Order: sequence, then C-alpha cells, then structure tokens
Amino acid sequence: MSHISRGFRGRRRVPDAEAGRLPPGQYLTEGFPVLSAGPTPHTPLANWTFSITRSGATKGSWSWPEFQALPAENVTVDIHCVTRWSKFDTGWRGVSVDTLLDRVEHDGRYVMAFCDGGYTTNLPLDDVTGGKAWVAFDYDGQALAPEHGGPARLLVPHLYFWKSAKWVRGLDLRDTDQPGFWETYGYHMYGDPWREQRYAGD
Amino acid sequence: MAGTALRGRLTWQVATVAALTRETASVCTIGLEPPDWAGHRAGQHLDVRLTAEDGYRAERSYSIASAPGERLAITVERLDDGEVSPYLTEDLEVGDKLELRGPIGGYFVWEPGDHSPLTLLAGGSGVVPLRSILRYRLRTGSAVPARLLYSARTLPDVIYHDELGQHHDGVQVSYTLTRSQPPGWTGHTGRINADLLADVAWPAAANPVAYVCGPTSFVETAAAALVGLGYPPERVKTERFGATGGP
Repeated sequence: MSHISRGFRGRRRVPDAEAGRLPPGQYLTEGFPVLSAGPTPHTPLANWTFSITRSGATKGSWSWPEFQALPAENVTVDIHCVTRWSKFDTGWRGVSVDTLLDRVEHDGRYVMAFCDGGYTTNLPLDDVTGGKAWVAFDYDGQALAPEHGGPARLLVPHLYFWKSAKWVRGLDLRDTDQPGFWETYGYHMYGDPWREQRYAGD
Repeated sequence: MAGTALRGRLTWQVATVAALTRETASVCTIGLEPPDWAGHRAGQHLDVRLTAEDGYRAERSYSIASAPGERLAITVERLDDGEVSPYLTEDLEVGDKLELRGPIGGYFVWEPGDHSPLTLLAGGSGVVPLRSILRYRLRTGSAVPARLLYSARTLPDVIYHDELGQHHDGVQVSYTLTRSQPPGWTGHTGRINADLLADVAWPAAANPVAYVCGPTSFVETAAAALVGLGYPPERVKTERFGATGGP
C-alpha cells in the first residue's frame, strides 16, 4: 500500500493512448541520456572483432569488415532504462544475434555479453534469440556514437537497457546464469521492465 | 568487484522528513528518518517514490548526501521541467512522510580501507555523493589525501560551500566557475579541460582513484582527460546524470 504524498499531483502523465507503452515507474524522455560505468572506450575499428566464445574457445569471430558484410536489419523499438527514462520509437540498424549464432556451432542456456572497458551483462540465450536482440552499429541513421556504445552495442529492447551492453565485443555461452557487472552490484539478474525488476529480489 | 554481495529484496518504507536545509536557490538537503535503515556506503543512492491521491506514481533516484553513520540525507536540485525535484525542493515540509528504498549501488562507492589518493571531480549537483565520501573520510579519521575540483555555473550555485571550506588536513578543494565569476575571483574559470585536470588532479604516478560525477558532457570530458593523464580506466569511477536525479 503506497503512502500518498501530500500535495503531489504529477506533471508527466502520458496520454492514455501511450500509457500502455510505458512500463511501471518509467517516464518518457525525448533526449537520449547516457549511463555508463567508467570512461568511454575508443577502440579503433581495425582492432575491433565480435566473437562468440564457449569455455575459453572462440566459436566464431568477425572483423569489422566481416561484420559489416553480414545481413543487417533496421529495427524501431521502445527502450527503457532502469534509471526510469523510456524513449519510444528509437531507430537502429544492426545484425540480429540469430544471424551470428546461426553461423557457429553453439549450445548453452545463457550468455555473458563482454565489452571494451570490462563491462559484462548476463542474459538467457532465449532472450537474445528468436528476433529479440541485435548487435547495433547505427542509431537514427548515423554511426553509433562512442558515448552511446559505438562502434557497436547490444540491443535487447525488451529488457532494461543496461542489458543492451555498450561497446560489446562478444557473447560468451554459459550453462549457468552468472551475474554481470551491475548484477553483481545488486541489480536484477533478468531485468524485465514490465515486472519492474530493477534490483535483486524485485 | 570485490567486497560486494547480492542483497535481499529492497522494500519500500515510509520515512519522516526530519530536516530541510536550503543549500542554494534551487538545491535543498532533506534529512530523513526511515524506520528501518541498515546503513549505506559512501557514494550510494536511494529511490524516492511519490504517489498522488489518484494513485499516479513517480520514482527517481537520488545520491545520498550524508556519510555512513550520520542521519540519512539526500540533496536535491530543482529541475525546472522536473516532476519529482520541484516537489521535493519546494512543497515538502518537515514532518511530511516520504517513501523510499535503498541503499542502491556498489560501484561508485568509497571505503576508508582504500588508501589511494582521491581525485574527486564534481559537476554541479554531482558533488552530492562526493560530499558523502568527504564526510565519511573525516568521520573515520582517514588520512587519505583528497583533491576535489568542483565545477559550478556561478559561486551562488556552489552547494556545501561553507562546509567544503572547513575541510583541512589533506583535503584540497578548488572550484571552476563556468558562467560568471564574482569580482576578485582567484579560482579557475571555464569548463574543465585536460590542462586544468593536469594541474588539479593527482598525477597518475601517485596511484590515485578518481570519482567523477556530473552531467554527461562533464563526465565524458573529465574521464577522458584523466585517462589521457595516465589513469587506468578502471581507476576512474563515473556517475552520470540520468543515473541519479534525472528530471
């Protein structure tokens, strides 16, 4: 049961037509706020690869030109940050994770996304397959800016946006669900915005 | 990642507003007495939830301004287009109830067991978690030397000005004023840049750890400059607005 805040009325109510698109506890923003841990890495494209790994072995790896040669898709999605902003109709171009996994032998039930700068985040394999996740390199028709995760970031729009790891360099296949960076610090292992899974135990 | 542990569920609780302190024209510190607070670490934040009579809710995160062991406090800057901050800074009264849960976060935290020199860089109300760190340093009698560089628009926009002036013994506080300076101003002027940080921040050879908090543009500039000065990226801890105290 919530305590009523004396005199609070609220200024950011969304129109009824859009209310169903906004998860609980979120507000709509027109901007694109930035949330990262640590300095923004700048990896030259000549040194960039995207890898699928499993138990220390590389199952597949793409250089930037090889990655760019893969079939890419345009996607328009709503995104939801655990810090409570949501942004509707964001436009991306990226390679579906299905496209990557289809090209390597793989098993495992979970993935750990790993990134330049040491960031990691954990996801069930089922949440990055079946047309639900991309490795995105364009935002709004432009090359993805470093502060927003360029040259490429994971895009998993149905989960809180910390799961859409910036500066992603690969996915490590796992048998068990192990916490990534924010998850180790008490954020939720799964992070479903519609169930408001912000912190462990939510 | 050492010294962290997954917690149990963070439950909402109704705290009493015990004190309100006007810090600047747009910034207020709110002293809080929650019924069940297990303590926090310097640099952590908490979530506040407001509920209107018809059930409409708004939640935001705010950095904790008090040191561990002190009465819990948050410092909130009023954002003109905000929803929660105008209520907290203007409508709230002592004795009111405020729903909150926390503490949250384990990355942007400082423990007195870390003996590295501290480079603290604040942009605007990004000073709040750094103030918690400095107060905790003082409370614990830590001898860790600290340098705080605080970027504000004008002198009247500086939060905790008198308190920061009372830190001695190993704490060096400097300011840069970006919009206007009072007559006779002898501090720095303009936005932070690599040259200023080369003067003010601990040299990388001292093996410092940096805590950088402020708006995104401030944090991007400051963190990149520190890396350019030789700080290992993992020794530059950042907290960007949007993370705490968003509109």
